[in-house]
Amino acid sequence: MSGTFVGMPAFPAAAREAVGDATLRGNLRHATHTIRDKRARAVAELDDWAALREAGRRIKDHTLRHLDRYLVQLEESVTAAGGTVHWAADADEANEIVARLVEETGEREVVKVKSMATQEIGLNEALEARGIHAYETDLAELIVQLGKDRPSHILVPAIHRNRGEIRDIFRSEMGAWGRPAPEGLTDTPAELAEAARLHLREKFLRARVGVSGANFMVAETGTLVVVESEGNGRMCLTLPETLISVVGIEKIVPSWRDLEVFLQTLPRSSTAERMNPYTSMWTGTTDEDGPRTFHLVLLDNGRTDTLADEVGRQALRCIRCSACLNVCPVYERAGGHAYGSVYPGPIGAILSPQLRGTGSEIDASLPYASSLCGACYEVCPVAIDIPEVLVHLRERVVQGGPAVREGNRVVLKPAKGHAAERAAMRAAGWAFDRPGALRAGQRLASRSRRLHPRTLPGPGRAWSGSRELPAVPAEPFRDWWQRTHGGKGEAE
Amino acid sequence: MSSRERILGRVRRALGDAPADEAPVARDYLREHGQRSTARTVELLAGNLADYRAVVHRCADGELPALLARLLSARGARSVVVPPGLPAQWLAAADAALVPDRAESTPHELDEVSSVVTGCAVAVAETGTIVLDGSPDQGRRRITLVPDHHICVVRVPDQVVSSVPQALERLDPARPLTWISGPSATSDIELDRVEGVHGPRTLEVVLVQAQPSGNVTS
Repeated sequence: MSGTFVGMPAFPAAAREAVGDATLRGNLRHATHTIRDKRARAVAELDDWAALREAGRRIKDHTLRHLDRYLVQLEESVTAAGGTVHWAADADEANEIVARLVEETGEREVVKVKSMATQEIGLNEALEARGIHAYETDLAELIVQLGKDRPSHILVPAIHRNRGEIRDIFRSEMGAWGRPAPEGLTDTPAELAEAARLHLREKFLRARVGVSGANFMVAETGTLVVVESEGNGRMCLTLPETLISVVGIEKIVPSWRDLEVFLQTLPRSSTAERMNPYTSMWTGTTDEDGPRTFHLVLLDNGRTDTLADEVGRQALRCIRCSACLNVCPVYERAGGHAYGSVYPGPIGAILSPQLRGTGSEIDASLPYASSLCGACYEVCPVAIDIPEVLVHLRERVVQGGPAVREGNRVVLKPAKGHAAERAAMRAAGWAFDRPGALRAGQRLASRSRRLHPRTLPGPGRAWSGSRELPAVPAEPFRDWWQRTHGGKGEAE
Repeated sequence: MSSRERILGRVRRALGDAPADEAPVARDYLREHGQRSTARTVELLAGNLADYRAVVHRCADGELPALLARLLSARGARSVVVPPGLPAQWLAAADAALVPDRAESTPHELDEVSSVVTGCAVAVAETGTIVLDGSPDQGRRRITLVPDHHICVVRVPDQVVSSVPQALERLDPARPLTWISGPSATSDIELDRVEGVHGPRTLEVVLVQAQPSGNVTS
């Protein structure tokens, strides 16, 4: 994945800093609570929501089950419609393909539609290294790019910024990138949006190459779909002569009809609208309307490794709505940067360690960035059981075991730093296997209960620092049961 | 080995243990939400368009040229882009200069034009959406994008469906499609919706009744 996040500290360390930032917490709380209530209302309008969610889950599972077949079908239909399909096994290969395609046009700049896949592979940085400027055109991406910042939310990458901060960034940075911010720019959202419109218009009107992702690709027809709000997507998809779309292989749906499910569930889950302002659908190229050349880059970059995991593969159903971020109590407090990935929040906590592996400190800590409350599962429009995958990945981190990395079967070593946990689990396993030892241990614990400390020593101190240790009863349950015949004896 | 073969091989190995699953996906969801008369469906479309800040007008067939002329002059439009297949009488009463939708026009030239008038392919009542498919009365995609003012004419009730599933049934995936629900907007500042970013900041939708009926209301 992108080099942007290399060397991130583990989640607890990164989160500690974020939690101490009162402005950030205020910004996050305001934004997530606003959208949370709106989403609930938008979803409640559809009395078949549960059936739509189930259909979405099944369509995605079916697609993943036959992904090879649908990829080949998509390639055929896109090619038949006048597009060119490229395959990229990893980020480097995808970046190389895009850079080469841009160089072949002779252009030195591209306009970009907001795209998670190109963020994931660090495309902007890779293009910059080849002397090609990539301009982000989504308002939030623009704020992040101008502020030399990192995205912190899937839908609204600048969610950590409030209107005052955005005004300051526009005032100080826009001039260096093109048309400066208007004189006397205030922090009202309408004025900020107007400033972005003026700043980007000259770039749209002269752009010869557009780069996008896609929300859906229809295997049957070769149609790509981009769902957006501002119109920057339409600008990038229709004004340039060349369009290059970089899309994860899991974004396929088999048939045209399948869109009827996701076009109902995605807008309501993400921006809490009945429908987002603009949705563009294109199939290859159209004579004298829009780009004359269309390239589709199909991206793996860890997706097939994720697909190999029986429990974890459900993460590939994700349609990137970000509803799980907006309801997550951990995300609301820690913010997106602490997750060390372009995919923050609950979905990021299961996606990043699967796409990148659990080798780094940050990725090994992500499955723990959750209280397992389950709110994410509840709101997920494709019913990804995020808590189930989190627990599964915790197991993988602590115990190690078989996994697939870059297409190869490997056996992961247990992660460092979980020795105490492993020892405790082994001891528990040993004791539960030996009733005599268990009984002796329980009696000893009961009799010595006055001597028990109120806090744990060593690594356990962090846990008992904010929690009461449970009191050990005066008598083990099994002794009480035997003595009273299950409570009956006491009555006599 | 090419990356294509490598990726397809990885997919096939990854799915080695998966059950066959050839059954078609069950679709237990509704084709539309609620039972409505045709007139109520058109009402719902008007209400939902307005809810997302589109300006809605209604008129009878014969009143359309006068209404379009009035809307363009109220806006102070000096020029208006006209798709090749737009019925000529629609803009017969307009004062603004008519600019044909041509392949040779540059985006900069389009940026100088005040307004655009188009028909549409279908309108979705439940979501307040109009869909353009590049037919002759709608023109190229960019003409409804670069000018700041878009007037879209919807023939009611023929072009109106209730729901997203019904709209997809009517559309041809081979055409370039643009689904429009209100004017350009963003939720990127504090997740609060603001209208007016890159697309047309004013979207006016005219619901034209095929049979003559009632007066112009707006």
